[in-house]
Amino acid sequence: MSTATNGHVAEPVVDYAEVLKTYDPVMGLEVHVELNTATKMFCGCATGFGEAPNTQTCPVCLGLPGALPVVNVAAVDSAIRIGLALNCEIASWCRFARKNYFYPDMPKNFQTSQYDEPIAYNGYLDVEMPDGSTYRVEIERAHMEEDTGKSLHIGGATGRIHGADHSLVDYNRAGIPLVEIVTRPLVGAGAHAPEVAKAYVATLRDLLKALRVSDVRMEQGSIRCDVNLSLRARSQDPAAQNDVPLGTRTETKNVNSLRSVERAVRYEMTRHAAVLNGGASILQETRHWHEDTGVTTSGRVKSDADDYRYFPEPDLVPVAPTREHVEELRATMPEPPAERRRRLQGDWGYSDLEMRDVMNAGAVLLIEETVAAGGTPVGARKWWLGEIARRASAQARDLADFGVTAADVAELDGLVTSGRLNDSMARQVLDGVLASEGSPVAVADARGLRLVKDDGALSDAVDAVIAANPAVADKVREGKVAAAGALIGQVMKEMKGQADAARARELILEKLGAA
Amino acid sequence: MTSDITRASAAVLADRLSRKEISAVEATQAHLDRIEAVDGSVKAFLHVDAEGALATAREVDKRRIAGEDLHILAGVPIAVKDIATTMGMPTTAGSKILAGWIPPYDATIVTRLKAAGMPILGKTNMDEFAMGSSTEHSAYGPSHNPWDLERIPGGSGGGSSAAVASYMAPLAIGTDTGGSIRQPAAVTGTVGCKPTYGGVSRYGLIALASSLDQAGPVSRTVLDAALLHSVIGGYDPMDSTSIDAPVPPVLEAARRADVKGLRIGVVKELGGEGYQPGVRARFEESVQLLVDAGAEVVEVSCPSFDYALAAYYLILPSEASSNLAKFDAMRYGLRVLPEGVKDPSAEQVMAASRDAGFGDEVKRRIILGTYALSSGYYDAYYGSAQKVRTLIQRDFAAAFEKADVLVSPTTPTTAFKIGEKINDPLAMYLNDIATIPANLSGIPGISLPSGLADEDGLPTGIQILAPATRDERLYGVGAALEAALVQRWGGPLLARAPELPTGANGAPTTANGREVRA
Ligand SMILES: [Zn+2]
Repeated sequence: MSTATNGHVAEPVVDYAEVLKTYDPVMGLEVHVELNTATKMFCGCATGFGEAPNTQTCPVCLGLPGALPVVNVAAVDSAIRIGLALNCEIASWCRFARKNYFYPDMPKNFQTSQYDEPIAYNGYLDVEMPDGSTYRVEIERAHMEEDTGKSLHIGGATGRIHGADHSLVDYNRAGIPLVEIVTRPLVGAGAHAPEVAKAYVATLRDLLKALRVSDVRMEQGSIRCDVNLSLRARSQDPAAQNDVPLGTRTETKNVNSLRSVERAVRYEMTRHAAVLNGGASILQETRHWHEDTGVTTSGRVKSDADDYRYFPEPDLVPVAPTREHVEELRATMPEPPAERRRRLQGDWGYSDLEMRDVMNAGAVLLIEETVAAGGTPVGARKWWLGEIARRASAQARDLADFGVTAADVAELDGLVTSGRLNDSMARQVLDGVLASEGSPVAVADARGLRLVKDDGALSDAVDAVIAANPAVADKVREGKVAAAGALIGQVMKEMKGQADAARARELILEKLGAA
Repeated sequence: MTSDITRASAAVLADRLSRKEISAVEATQAHLDRIEAVDGSVKAFLHVDAEGALATAREVDKRRIAGEDLHILAGVPIAVKDIATTMGMPTTAGSKILAGWIPPYDATIVTRLKAAGMPILGKTNMDEFAMGSSTEHSAYGPSHNPWDLERIPGGSGGGSSAAVASYMAPLAIGTDTGGSIRQPAAVTGTVGCKPTYGGVSRYGLIALASSLDQAGPVSRTVLDAALLHSVIGGYDPMDSTSIDAPVPPVLEAARRADVKGLRIGVVKELGGEGYQPGVRARFEESVQLLVDAGAEVVEVSCPSFDYALAAYYLILPSEASSNLAKFDAMRYGLRVLPEGVKDPSAEQVMAASRDAGFGDEVKRRIILGTYALSSGYYDAYYGSAQKVRTLIQRDFAAAFEKADVLVSPTTPTTAFKIGEKINDPLAMYLNDIATIPANLSGIPGISLPSGLADEDGLPTGIQILAPATRDERLYGVGAALEAALVQRWGGPLLARAPELPTGANGAPTTANGREVRA
């Protein structure tokens, strides 16, 4: 298996606008969702993230000789609920299958998955686009499977197998329940293809969060997206576009942030176009996405040799949810995404434009959580779409994974609305939170940030400034109240910014008899 | 007397233990002594755990003296086929690839044996990963048939049947994927039962073919088999395919031993051509004895059985090729570095280890199975085999409309000579022609001795089959036939087996019994 290093040679690309003149993009998205069940898919091991390596293992998930799997009923229920939320049909009888291939981080050298009998199939998810339109993503299937272990390559410069001295495997993740959601080919998105991909994953993420079936932490890999992309010739007649045969696709693996989903689609479109324009053909292969450089590099070439020899898993009995049970689960469905957005917009009092900005920033969930944690809707939107978005964007990171929690933002907002901090102090506090100095209150305390309300110190400062600026003071005394501005500025400087400017103004006017 | 102890059935031993005529330590030690004396020539055991067995026995004795309520088989020693994981005791499945592996957990059936207070004498030899009918495919060398040491004791569970036939253990655990309990029983003059699929937990049994494998009792009498069946049988939440129902009333049936009014179906396809005359003669006599005991005989036909062997040799290798993929040198077992490769990759180490660790028969079946599951061939091979499986199930269903149990010779021939068929896999596979249909349809089957073939003086077996979950019928009919046969013979068949040489060279165990024969 050849792998890329950071020193890869950049492949030629064309301008994005050029792509659309000649080609029509078709996408397929495969999203792996790690369920948040307490135990693994086929054994009783715990599923906590970040535990010491190989401490959450047993004979079953280590694939020891003789061990047998038993299906986690809670995981099946989660899969069914995901299927229902995606408007899928739920199989009344389906089986697991073995996907056979050798890999060191796969204990049995087969993955217990589902093949031609998925638990959920034939669904759709309506995705609201930045311009307010709706794109319907058709869902082919959602099926259950188990996660693999994790290989850690030691001794190489890149952390990849190539050049590594040795590898260690952590099987804590092996056997964690996954649901893989596979779309039908997404057509007709044209120039908006990257945004559609991002909006789909964002909508899916919010839906999964509302279902409470996953932690939806993309940076921890609890949602992983594989992007299939191909270009086909653009038809002169838009109505006939879908008659044009599909081009060869590439599959870009493990695109693990919303931002990267959009960028990976965009990049692959420009790369495919360059290859096709040069008269060459696209190689059907998997590609690796590099978050740092924003490019993909060649992975494994898919070939006929990729034969997983699927067959029904003989160690497990079929999954056969009763219709009654499916209806019970249907009754636990959260409200559909579109209704939910309308409700939230009403609750928060946002304008249509404000709400759309929030959606485009992928911040609906964050604001919902911030408000739930006690933040004001106005403050939540201001912080997430303002200061935090600016910093995340500068570092090319997703808001959700940026290191500030909804609880932090609610606390920060509270510090401002309660009058303890002004905006500039709150920004300093945010710096501290991002530098892992603690919660906003802890950072404000540690840095001694507090608006001075004590009139004693402020009053002294006002007296000093008046004494030092007799001419300006006189103007104010004469009724030129606007001149007080200069004095307020100096008082604030004197107070090192830790004063309430409004109170300073009051005191100045009072002392100069202009109130 | 020691020989009284080792020659006693498990039921008799249990009785004497409960009446404190003998202690569990005495019972265990007598069998360990017997192993020491004759296993050098029989080679039934891969590992003997004298210390562990005696520790269990001492514990049982202590509890018995304290007046505790003990399981009926408490203190009755047992041998376990080396396919079941035993915590702290080597488990190899007869393969080099697992040499030295000490499992960190017990198979469910082992847990149940321990809970019953049965001292585990050790682990018995088997064809590698249960692939074979002779134990000749064991990486640790073949076991020998106590009736004639130059002959095979059957397989894959030849170690268990040989141990029981040579009085090294009153009971043993076997597993049966295509006949690996019943065929060894037939050729060694012992009893072996394959319960209904799902009747006994598979958790901790190193899988050969998951949809066919089933563990069961190996013994010298039908009643003993029922006793052991009752210990190991029953629902296990760790095995999804385990049946969530009480163990069928096998013990009651074995004690009642009644066939009056029962319809016995003779399967037309399992007999006749290809079956040794002595095997046929003994089978026919047995059927007559059942009639004499009040049963009614009908002939049934199962035409799809003609395809059973072919289907079996597609399904088994397919599942096995996947089940054996885990033996990759990454986490346990043999690890071999490829020769002449600098900095080998994980894949190269896997390949080298599997090449060195698997025997020829295992490789043959992995290749067969990998091929049968390949895209483009799946429907023609694995798919068709599954259809045959359905047809065989229908044949059985139709046959059980006409008969309460079905009977046939267990094997076409008596024990063959070691080396005779080793280079002819097809001839070897034909040994299981009568036993395979039961595995393909999940129904239970038992084999018990029907006599000795006139032409070679070796044991022959009769197989009884019952509908799924009606295992008790096997024991009712088996016990009735056994009683009639023993009366005719004037004693158990095994009493006619030759005396084994004792103290032979190459005894496999050291004083503390911790040595694995390599
Ligand atoms: Zn586990």
